[in-house]
Amino acid sequence: MAQNSAVQRPGVPPVPSPATRPRKVGAMRRVVQIMFSNRKSAVGFCLFLFFVALAVLAPWIAPYSPTSTQFAPSLHPSAQHWFGTTAQGQDIFSQFLYGARSTLVVGIGAGMLATALSLLIGVTAGYRGGMTDTILNFLSNIFLVLPGLALLILIESYVHNSTPVFNGLIIGLTGWAWGARVFRSQTMSLAHRDFVTAAKLTGASDLRVMVMEIMPNMTSIIASNIMYACLAAILAESGLAFLGLENVSSISWGTMLYWSSQGDAILTGGWWWFIPPGLGIALVGLSLVLMNYAIDQLTNPRLRELPKAKKKVIW
Amino acid sequence: MRYVTQKVLFFVVCLWAAMTLNFILPRMIPGNPALAMFAKFQGQLNPQALHALELQFGFSHQPILLQYVNYLKSFLTLHWGLSYTYYPTPVATVIAHSLPWTIGLVGTATFIAVVVGTVLGIYISWRRGGVLDNTLPVATMFLQAMPYFWTGTILLFVFAFELHWFPLGHAYSNTVTPGFNGPFIASVLRHGLLPGLTVFLGSLSGWVIGMRNNMVNTLGEDYVIFAEAKGVSTWRVMSSYAARNAILPQVTSFALAMGLIVSGSILTEVVFSYPGIGFQLTNAVLSQDLPLIQASFLIIAVSVLVVNLIVDLLYARLDPRVRQGGETH
Repeated sequence: MAQNSAVQRPGVPPVPSPATRPRKVGAMRRVVQIMFSNRKSAVGFCLFLFFVALAVLAPWIAPYSPTSTQFAPSLHPSAQHWFGTTAQGQDIFSQFLYGARSTLVVGIGAGMLATALSLLIGVTAGYRGGMTDTILNFLSNIFLVLPGLALLILIESYVHNSTPVFNGLIIGLTGWAWGARVFRSQTMSLAHRDFVTAAKLTGASDLRVMVMEIMPNMTSIIASNIMYACLAAILAESGLAFLGLENVSSISWGTMLYWSSQGDAILTGGWWWFIPPGLGIALVGLSLVLMNYAIDQLTNPRLRELPKAKKKVIW
Repeated sequence: MRYVTQKVLFFVVCLWAAMTLNFILPRMIPGNPALAMFAKFQGQLNPQALHALELQFGFSHQPILLQYVNYLKSFLTLHWGLSYTYYPTPVATVIAHSLPWTIGLVGTATFIAVVVGTVLGIYISWRRGGVLDNTLPVATMFLQAMPYFWTGTILLFVFAFELHWFPLGHAYSNTVTPGFNGPFIASVLRHGLLPGLTVFLGSLSGWVIGMRNNMVNTLGEDYVIFAEAKGVSTWRVMSSYAARNAILPQVTSFALAMGLIVSGSILTEVVFSYPGIGFQLTNAVLSQDLPLIQASFLIIAVSVLVVNLIVDLLYARLDPRVRQGGETH
């Protein structure tokens, strides 16, 4: 395993032993426990929950309708308009809350879709081996090297006024390659372990072995992949929206940035227009990366934070 | 040798896949977009251009297989048709004018990011648990989570709009004559600094954290501990024992990061109106310039593929295990 090879493939942490398998009981509690095992991930977890709460509660806490243009244009932030107003006279704070909804839903949905596809392709390739593996691995290598955003832009150029949901769909369908590669190598190292052989001997079907025996042993890697896939999806979706390739009347953080650049927010000094949505994306992204810290340390013990007590050596 | 052939073969197949995608996509969408295009430009373009358009976008009654062969032939011979937005400039010329800007911008920024990131990664793994080790990874991660186009917007707002230190966009000011002269080069550098900084900041994180984690892994190896026990100087342990081995996975990450960097630079170019290939692609999409869309996508894909091929071949030079065909999973 990892100890024998000086060079480790990036993204392929050593396999956790079956003993660390999470029990079904109190899965939620365990997640919380893991997240709070480390300061960085605790911060990330809270930050993430905060944005989810904002998105869920948007209709109740938004002071105005996000599309209403009844206010004076380009107002500075004030008590009435916390984040000011746009050049069209829309309340930016309300837009921010509603934008969180579509950005989070699309980002997380696309991330999940991409991870599901990665699992399907990666685990099958790694478990089956042979010709199946050659073909699937080749396919994922191709998707891995093709520049993602350029491909998305190409697809968008033939679809007009695409909705956020459609964008999420194509982001998920094109963004599975990295995960598939990680899952494939992980499956390959698990496929010949004793517990897998034992399951096969009891007559379990291939599907059962893959889903019930192999996947639970990659839980942490799957979780880590979901977070990176969500981050990538959020960035891709907001990038497309920023370029004006998403229905521009939809409200997401990306379209807010699109309108701020169309409305020359920079040239009129309207910083309050483009700061909130971008900061929202960055903070959600940061929360995902921070949560991943806890998972990284779970899978790779060498990355664990050095215990504070050990540093103070008593002479 | 088998390794090299394999990689070259993979390159060729990827190239073919990209070209085929480019061919299939416009034909897959219901209500062929080229049809609308065709109607729009009737009477504006000369018959020859219209004919080329027909061939390129399947607006012809030839069997699809023949269309495909013709398409491959014309793309390989650089006959990419005429751009609508820059009519009657051939697409190949538009591409030839924008590609150097992107390569210069992305190449320089990425090179600096790799060097700075790797050095920082080595340093913080050496001072593990120190102030920098606790703050730098999080700080660079925040930068990574920031969308490139937003970082660019902020930089543009602060340094160009508020402070007037840098111009608001474009690659050089129109008061200088392009060529190898002082004012032009100075102007290019001044215009390139903010977009370059955007790409640099966006890609730094991966290098710092990747190198740090590789170092931490390598520093736990027996041969490093042995070297330390033997009394080899810290500097030598870090550079010749640990960093040398930790840097190898970074080379592969570099190849894989290329696609992301290019994606980021597309957005950066749009923010700064930098006349690179990403800017052309986006403009082409917004103005429905189909020949330019196809060609810019293909050029972006080809550039990424070429970098990947070079890195793969380089990796074989660096890691003898790969060269000897003992590839491990």
